[in-house]
Amino acid sequence: MPVMPLSGNHAAAYAAKLSRVEVVAAYPITPQTQIVEKLAEFIEKGELKAKFIRVESEHSAMAACIGAAAVGARAFTATSSQGLLYMSEMLWWAAGARLPIVMGIVTRALAPPWSIWSDHIDVLSQRDTGWIIAFAENAQEVLDLIIQGFKISENDRVLLPLIVAWDAFDVSHTIEPVDVPNQNVVDEFLPKRRKYRHTLDVENPFSYGNLAYPKDYMEFRYSIYDSMLRAKDVIEQCAAEYDRLTGRYSGGLIENYLCDDADIVAIAMGSISGDLKVVVDKLRKQGVKVGFCRIRYFRPFPSEALAKCIEDAKTILVFDRDISFGSEGALCLEVRATVNREGLDKRVYGIIYGIGGREVRQKDLENIIVKAYKEELNHPRKLLWLNLKHV
Amino acid sequence: MKEVLMPIAYPTKGSVGNTGLWRTLKPVINYEKCTKCFICWMYCPEAAILAEDKPVILYDFCKGCGICANECPVKAINMIKEV
Repeated sequence: MPVMPLSGNHAAAYAAKLSRVEVVAAYPITPQTQIVEKLAEFIEKGELKAKFIRVESEHSAMAACIGAAAVGARAFTATSSQGLLYMSEMLWWAAGARLPIVMGIVTRALAPPWSIWSDHIDVLSQRDTGWIIAFAENAQEVLDLIIQGFKISENDRVLLPLIVAWDAFDVSHTIEPVDVPNQNVVDEFLPKRRKYRHTLDVENPFSYGNLAYPKDYMEFRYSIYDSMLRAKDVIEQCAAEYDRLTGRYSGGLIENYLCDDADIVAIAMGSISGDLKVVVDKLRKQGVKVGFCRIRYFRPFPSEALAKCIEDAKTILVFDRDISFGSEGALCLEVRATVNREGLDKRVYGIIYGIGGREVRQKDLENIIVKAYKEELNHPRKLLWLNLKHV
Repeated sequence: MKEVLMPIAYPTKGSVGNTGLWRTLKPVINYEKCTKCFICWMYCPEAAILAEDKPVILYDFCKGCGICANECPVKAINMIKEV
């Protein structure tokens, strides 16, 4: 397996190529563009046998992927921010039609004011579309989660489209050593896409998405809910099989980093995780019993795995790179729901960080954890905005 | 739920009833002008025109949208007001 220096975006392109995608339809937007530029290059050079459909908008990009997936092709696209919002209507159609599609999203803030820097609100605004949503920590995981993503999405007990998201610039444009699996290994893990009962066939015509009266509609929604829950097992199985074939465990619902005996557990998604692990290591050496739980899959939300991870902790710090105006961070809300549902007794603090690419240093993270350790944080009712000016 | 519920529908004739009742303008083919090119048959969004030895409109299902009359290259289809 060759180790290559790849940015997160180029790792995504290699992952799509190794997954032998058959249709790529995309519209350019910063900081995503490099992914589909690289894929276009692979196709031009003849290294990837796929159809690249140039479309006039993200809405059309997803519509083209829906059409491709409906006739049985493996489809891939990528977008960010405003483009994702423009595409949003079709995200519901893809999930509702139960079509396996994988999409890369480089997370980026929403305007106004205009910003091209990272923020998770674009992806999280699509929370309820019925797409499986994964957050990658680094370029290696971008590659691994996209390959696993096709297998999860195409599983006939799941049949839901899947998003792999990663942070703008911190991951998308930062070059890291990435272990790229050989094609024969990926082929063994991910066979050619199969046909399903709802794959279009000219010999046996039918249509998608007809009118469903109140007596029928609700069951379709229940079926998506049901498949989402089943996806939890499939996600874990795929991670284990990928590990067996590549020798790298790089998947699964959560990552438990020294949580088992921790009094304080930090929870986050995406690229901040690397910094949090360094801070956890440093504080552990000073005798602070702190752990880190990374949420790799936000949908389906891994409530059971998370509850187990934080079972013995007293204090939970949830780092959100998003804000739900009028409430708090989306991840924090999920954690509170889990704590409540599982009947756990914890103090849960919400922390808003890195909005629109605002810099966060390891020292900032360390200060918050130490404050929590010394029980110097304000009441959890008071949402903390990290590195906010003028307050 | 053991299996995924797929939102697909197989076509059946007249599954929403006689949609011809919705019509206010009725297309009538003037077979003396008709060249049997079947463009009307191809364009009909409701598949309410049959391609037999000549195009035949199924008035039980034709909603009277007028696309056939608009597309007809020899203007052989007239839209006539329903009573």
